[in-house]
Amino acid sequence: MTKRIYVDNAATTKVAPEVVEAMLPYFTEDYGNPSSIYNEGRTAKKAVENAREKVACAIGADPKEIYFTGSGSEADNWAIRSVARAYKDKGNHIITSAVEHHAILHTCQDLEKQGYEVTYLPVDEYGMVSAEDVKNAIKDNTILISIMFANNEIGTIMPIAEIGKIAKEAGVLFHTDAVQAVGNVPIDVKAMNIDMLSLTAHKFHGPKGSGALYVRSGVKLTSFITGGAQERMRRAGTENVPGIVGLGKAIEMATADIEAKQKKLTEIRDTYIKKVLERVPYSRLNGHPTQRLAGNANISFEFIEGEGLLLSLDMKGISASSGSACTSGSLDPSHVLLAIGLKHEQAHGSLRTSFGEDNTLEEVDYMVDSIAEIVDRLRQMSPLYEEMMKKN
Amino acid sequence: MYSEKVMDHFSNPRNVGEIEDANAVGQVGNPQCGDIMKIYMKINDDTQVIEDVKFKTFGCGAAIATSSMATELVKGKTVDEALALTNQAVAEALDGLPPIKMHCSNLAEEAVHAAIANYYESRGMDASEIKACTGECCGCPHSKEHNKE
Repeated sequence: MTKRIYVDNAATTKVAPEVVEAMLPYFTEDYGNPSSIYNEGRTAKKAVENAREKVACAIGADPKEIYFTGSGSEADNWAIRSVARAYKDKGNHIITSAVEHHAILHTCQDLEKQGYEVTYLPVDEYGMVSAEDVKNAIKDNTILISIMFANNEIGTIMPIAEIGKIAKEAGVLFHTDAVQAVGNVPIDVKAMNIDMLSLTAHKFHGPKGSGALYVRSGVKLTSFITGGAQERMRRAGTENVPGIVGLGKAIEMATADIEAKQKKLTEIRDTYIKKVLERVPYSRLNGHPTQRLAGNANISFEFIEGEGLLLSLDMKGISASSGSACTSGSLDPSHVLLAIGLKHEQAHGSLRTSFGEDNTLEEVDYMVDSIAEIVDRLRQMSPLYEEMMKKN
Repeated sequence: MYSEKVMDHFSNPRNVGEIEDANAVGQVGNPQCGDIMKIYMKINDDTQVIEDVKFKTFGCGAAIATSSMATELVKGKTVDEALALTNQAVAEALDGLPPIKMHCSNLAEEAVHAAIANYYESRGMDASEIKACTGECCGCPHSKEHNKE
């Protein structure tokens, strides 16, 4: 098999050719600094503002509510740290969930060291945050609710509109990390009462190193990087013009027909899930069966460790991801899988596949065959499997 | 991230399986940490030579590769020679391991020790000298955290 099967689109995606084409002139022709007043500068400035309009349009925001950043993690950091600082006279309590991305969790932990109080809401067995729990966690000193739009590991889509309504009624700011959701789920920040939203281009066929933070007009935003007038004095540094242009083009394309994309990916995802669960005993789906990102499947295989599975899949030309600790550079398994109630050994043996529009049902068949064969091989050398077989 | 030798021993592990009439069995590690190694040996009572050795491992690619290499290194050796096997020797024989995976080579060393301790005990010999793992601490730098839970 010479062609590789890439099923790790939640990690990053291939940049669309149209996006590359849109970016190219801004490297060698229209390379001016947007802050310069002469022709090249004005051209670059125009391109940045054009991209800002596209990002705003994609999520139902106003262009002046969009701030460009260097990544989704930066947008997350900025949102949380800014609210903590700008609203500290109002209170010091933040509500988030146990399954957030580390860009949120580690930022909250950092704020705890600075005297802030953080509530990490638990999730149900599907990884879902309960809107009711959010409501009950709000106190007089609550200044921010930050709940992710969709989970990066298990794909569970949170009740964002419900939480937005609750936050609005309580007069508490609501931020959502929508890095995995943009381009995969329709988003309207006004209708959903979202005050702040993080996104990044490379999750929807845009370039890496180009993200954005939406901040509703009227929400105080402290400057994140000082030293220049860029991004309305909030984030100094010469704009990444090609990256911003790429983000604009990518988000325009990704949000043009979400329904068609969802339909295609859901079919691939559900076929894959059904076939794997049928073929491989002692496997289970993690995350919600239907309220999940169209391209995301996360399956745990008991008695094996995920890294061996990933290495073996790689040798068969398949690129996927795992909740295994061994693949993440740390030794702890996924906090998301532990939060939905998996035992450590189950969390170690999980496989995340995130499909994209390039994937096909034929690829799914090859993947299922490969997975079944590899899982069986690894189980044959697993003392946990041996133990279980002897017991039964 | 892994050497070719590690990938070779992960893809084609030597000595995988069980020995039904093994007279030395050791298991170390714990599932919380994501690493368990079980080792079976057939030791010749007269010569003290490890005539056969097999293993089963639950763990990452490095854990499987170090298990395979450790069994290769002790096969045909005497018990005393096997006890002298260090985790560094296992790692070196694999052309090195990434720093975060060094605990996997500890697992292999400790599994060998645990099996030999089991052999000594079954023969009424003193095994206290052999540093064998209780299964709670082995090779897992995070086990203290887990134990707290």
